[in-house]
Order: sequence, then structure tokens, then C-alpha cells
Amino acid sequence: MDIKFNEILKEKKSTISKRWLDTMIASYPKDDSGFLMSQKDRFANPVGYTFTKGLDGILEVLIKDEDSAESLQFLNDIIKVRAIQDFTPAKAMAFIFQLKTIVREELRKEIRQNQIYVELLEFESKIDDLALNAFDIYVKCREQIYELRTDELKRMTFTLLKKANLMSEIPDPDPESEPKDQN
Amino acid sequence: MAPKVKLPKPGELSKIEFKNPATDWMDTPVEFKPGTYCWGAKEKDLLTLGLPNPRQWSPADEDWKIPDGWESTIIEGIAERLSKYRSFKVFMDICVRCGACADKCHFYIATGDPKNMPVLRAELLRSVYKKYFTKSGKFLGRLAGARELNMDVLKEWWSYFFQCTECRRCSVFCPYGIDQAEVTIIGRELLNLVGLNIDWIAGPAAACYMKGNHLGLEPHAITGNIESMVDDIEDITGIRVNPTFNRKGAEIMFVTPSGDLLGEPGIQTCMGYLMLFHELGLDYTWSTYASEGGNFGFFTSNDMAKRLNYKIYAEAKRLGVKYIIGGECGHMWRVLNQYMDTWHGPADFLEVPVSPITGTVFENAKSTKMIHISEFTADLIKHKKLNLDPSRNDHLKVTYHDSCNPSRGMGLLDEPREIIKAVCNNFYEMPENTIREKTFCCGSGSGLNASENMEQRMRGGFPRANAVKYVREKHGVNMLANICAVDRAALPALMDYWNPGVGVTGVTELVGNALVMKGEKERTTNLRFEDLPGKGGNE
Repeated sequence: MDIKFNEILKEKKSTISKRWLDTMIASYPKDDSGFLMSQKDRFANPVGYTFTKGLDGILEVLIKDEDSAESLQFLNDIIKVRAIQDFTPAKAMAFIFQLKTIVREELRKEIRQNQIYVELLEFESKIDDLALNAFDIYVKCREQIYELRTDELKRMTFTLLKKANLMSEIPDPDPESEPKDQN
Repeated sequence: MAPKVKLPKPGELSKIEFKNPATDWMDTPVEFKPGTYCWGAKEKDLLTLGLPNPRQWSPADEDWKIPDGWESTIIEGIAERLSKYRSFKVFMDICVRCGACADKCHFYIATGDPKNMPVLRAELLRSVYKKYFTKSGKFLGRLAGARELNMDVLKEWWSYFFQCTECRRCSVFCPYGIDQAEVTIIGRELLNLVGLNIDWIAGPAAACYMKGNHLGLEPHAITGNIESMVDDIEDITGIRVNPTFNRKGAEIMFVTPSGDLLGEPGIQTCMGYLMLFHELGLDYTWSTYASEGGNFGFFTSNDMAKRLNYKIYAEAKRLGVKYIIGGECGHMWRVLNQYMDTWHGPADFLEVPVSPITGTVFENAKSTKMIHISEFTADLIKHKKLNLDPSRNDHLKVTYHDSCNPSRGMGLLDEPREIIKAVCNNFYEMPENTIREKTFCCGSGSGLNASENMEQRMRGGFPRANAVKYVREKHGVNMLANICAVDRAALPALMDYWNPGVGVTGVTELVGNALVMKGEKERTTNLRFEDLPGKGGNE
């Protein structure tokens, strides 16, 4: 990506990061105490901490223009929280697309002056990649919620099934004896 | 039936309003979304318990089938409780909205929903109290924070009083000592007056009333389950332990939550009890009648809790034991430690507990005559009465979750830690503001450990899981120890979601693994039939 674009982005990083967090927090119920933003202790406010650290981390990776794999852990941490809160899938994931709007607004003047529209589009494509990864993570979290329910049932009934001789152990397949090439 | 989902058109998607409407809390009605509430109590269970308004209903329905005149039932219910419980009256009047409790609730921390602030949760009820019981509320209405009782308010109560786990973390921080759990308890009592309980509470309470325990295990199932644990212990140690049931004249009666008799990892904790008592040669008996230490009546009403608790002293008297030892459980201990003596004491027919091994007199249980297994075990360890090999737990890096009720309800803070340190070589504490009196709830206490509300549980448990995550990343912690049956049932799911790879164990399971029993064969597996470090039993 163009160095100029990244430099401008870097300069504006703290503003963008703050706006991004503000937008995220605005999706929560009205709360005059501003707890999610103001409490900085990571154990007293795990949601706020996860978002602050995560959003900033994602932005950092995007600006460094490096492999996006590094941002996946941040994305994972954030989406795990969003996936079990009171949001529809669209609302839970909206924060990723909101970054586009924020960057466009914050960098409007600079983009026009430097004519770096192509670079903006390239940057937005990276956000799209992030969104695709986010969908995978979100769906995995939601699936896991249902798995947890069945696992819990299994833990509760395992003893009974064993006593009634309704359980049979399936031995672990020996990796050595597995045919390596099926073709 | 699940609500129909209308798919938005592409054009509509971009017009989503990301900000929530900024309405005042009184003007924000509650929504019931699947995954975030428990199922309503079943007709048959309310009939069994003799509770009002038994019928089939669902919280997702518009009509909750509440009988006409319910408003006066609730108002009269409030009046009765104001006159009966001074604490309730004080808690309604004394709060100065200082906000010290506000950000201490795990549900608030994880949802950001102001109605989960303890102060506002109490205000849901307090606003109605003001309207009908205070002059300012009667005349000034909303200006004085008062509001009419209507169906929306009732539904809001149901939602939020069943989003409080009665963990009492907020009360630790309240300068006036307002016990929010008691406000929730009264709130739930009032809801029960018109038939509004949840299935996960009413079901176990009804089973306990009929069969003696929450799981509805009949005597032969209890003895059968314990016998199969005895078989497993023999496979692992070569020693056959011999528990007795309903034996008159035993010195001690042992009562544990029925969760320890069925389901993992409760049964491994139970195996630990069996091994420990056998090794000590303790003169004790199980009861298939007083077969439940826990008390889901406590999450229904004072009367129901009292009724279900009765059997413990009654059975101790029938069997003629000297005192009672109780297993690892959470709310069970708040009930036993703070209510049982008032309800059914004084237990003059029992003696002050004295450890037959160390001679220690448990003065703290002078009145209730019932001691916690962790007090008993910690005393044995202090007097070096147990032969322990902590290296058997060397594959574990353990942290300890203070279960809310034993820590805040009875001050049991150091005993479990002393035990863990004696039976494990790797123990790491979670951060200071998440343990001991300030411990974070598992998010599933007070009857909320159903599975239909899994999302709600994952939220409520997030602050706890977040602290576990920290010690997992910092020290490689892979085992979360606790002394509560609900923890053992609920935390595995919480860990699977937030911290995959972290297991859950009762403290006494760790003891069972480390305990070197007289005449035992060389152990190759732990109580879960997993290879011991360096032994390779299943290899």
C-alpha cells in the first residue's frame, strides 16, 4: 500500500481508534455512568478492556500493513464477547464496517488533497477481509453455544448411561495404522 | 413458537441504527430473547410444591396467564414482608444511590445494561414500594422515583430477579451493607405469589420435596451410584471402601449436594470424600433421605427453603449421630450457616463437632453442629494426619475460584487454599480484585444454571473467566478448583467457551488423587482414569 496513506493513517490513529471505540460502546444500552469507557482496570471491566485493546490492536496491524493473522486473535476476543450479548448478528458485527466510515470521514481532506482514492479502496478491501474472518469466528461462537448445551447434558447423564451399559468406548484411532494416502 | 425472523432487504441493512434508543429505564420495557432467559416453572412442579397459579406458560408468550387481581396479591405480599423482615424495610429505605455497588455485578459488567446494576435492580422493586408505601411516592409519583405496578413491571422483575445470582459481591462494597441478594430473594418470593418461578428452580425443588434431592434420585439410585464409585476407587487404588447408608448410631452424618452423586466432575469429588473418610476410618453414614445439601427452595421463598431444609436435622436426630459434615457446595452453606439454626435449631440433640482424628473442637459450628468438609480436611492437614503425594497432581496448574457463598457467606477463604497447597505443587492465585470476598460469581448461581439460558450464563461468567484467562496466559493454569456443586456443573461450559483447555475440579478430588492410602497399589491413573504424570497407566 502507498506509504503516504499509511503515514496519514498513522498520524490519525489515536483519533480513529477512539472514535471506533465510541461507536462500539454506543451499541450498548444508555448508561450515564459511562462505565464501559471509564473503568480502566482490566479485571473490573473485561468488556471495555477487550474492546480497547482489541480495536487498537486491529488498527495497529492494519496500519503496519502486515499479515492480518495477527489481528485475528484480537478479532476473536472481541467477537466472543459480542456473540453472547444482546445483538443480532448484523449489530454484533457492525463495528467492522463502521471502521470504513470512520476512516473515510477522518481522512476525507487528506485523501482529496493527495488523491489517494485507490489506496483508500485497498485499505477498505483489507477491512472486508477482516469481516470475512469475523463471520467465521461469529458463527463458530454461536455454534459453540449449542454444543455447550449438549456437552452439559452428556456430563450429567454419562454415569447413568454407563451404569445402564448404554455406553461403549470407541478406541482412539491409531494414527500409525491409518492409511496415509487414500488416492 | 420461535418468533418469525424478518429478513431485512439489502437497502435496509445499511440503515441500521447502531445507537440504542436513549430512553429512561422506566420507559424501556424488557424483551425476552431466546438464550437469555430460563423456561417458566412447569404446572406439575408448582402443584407438587403447593405454589400458587400452576399452569403451563412461557416467558416468550404475551400472556403469562396471571390471575386477575394479581396486583393486590403483590402489594399485600410486599406489605407482609415489610412487616416481617426488618432488613427488607431497611434496604428499601436506606439506599442513597452512591453507586458503589453499580459496577460490581458480573451481569452488569458483562452486559453494560444499567438494570443489572444492583442499585437499579433494587430500584425495580423500590419504585413500586415508593408508590404504594411512601407519602412522597404517593403524591409526587415519578418525580419521587415511584411507579405503578403493571404487567410490564412484573415482567421486568421476572427478567432481572432471575438475572441476579444472589452472589452478594455488590454487598461487599455497599457502605450501608445493603444485601442485594435479600432484595432479589424477596423479589422472587413476590413473583412466586402469582406463579412466576423458573423451571430450573421449581423442578429441582419439587424433586427434593418428593425424593429428598434435586436430581430426584431414589434411595437405590443413590446407593447404586455410590457403589459404582466404590468400584472405580477399587480399580484405581486396589482398596475397597465401605460406605454405609442410613446407619443408626454412626458418629457423623455426611450430607452433600446431589450433584456430587451424578455427573462429572461432581462424582470425582465424591470419590475423594469416600477415599478420605475410609482412610481416616471415620464412623460416618450417608443418608438416602437427607440426600441433598443444596436447597433450591432458597431460590423460591423463605418458607420453601425452610421446608426443604427440615430433613437434615430430622434425619440426624433419627439416626442418632453426634454431628454433621457437609460436602462442597455453595448456597447450601449460606443456608446451613445463616438460616438453618433459626429455622430448625437449636439442635440440642447434637454435639459440638470434634474431629475424632485431631481432637479439634469446631467452636464456629457450636450452634449449627455442622461443619464444612474443607474445614475438616484443612484441620487434618494442619495436624499432618494425611499422607499426601502432591506430585500426583503435578500435571495440573491450579487456580482457585472462591465460590460466592462459602467465601462471602461464611468466610471460608483460607481452608480450601491450605488444602490445595498441600495436595498440589502448582497453585496460582487470580488477581486480587477477583478472589476471596471480592470473588466473581460463576454466573450460574441461585438456580440459573439451566442450559436454555446459555448465553446469559456465558455473559454472567465472563468476569470470572477473564481472570482465569489471565492466569492461564501468565502461568499456564489448566485447572480451576472450587468447593461448589453448581460451580462444578456450570464452570466446565464457561471454561470451554472462554478458556478452552482449562478443566474444573472439586478440591476434594485433588485430595483424593494425592492421598496415599494404607495398602493401596501403585496408582497409574487419577480419579478420572487419566494417566498420572510419568506413570502411563493407559498407555
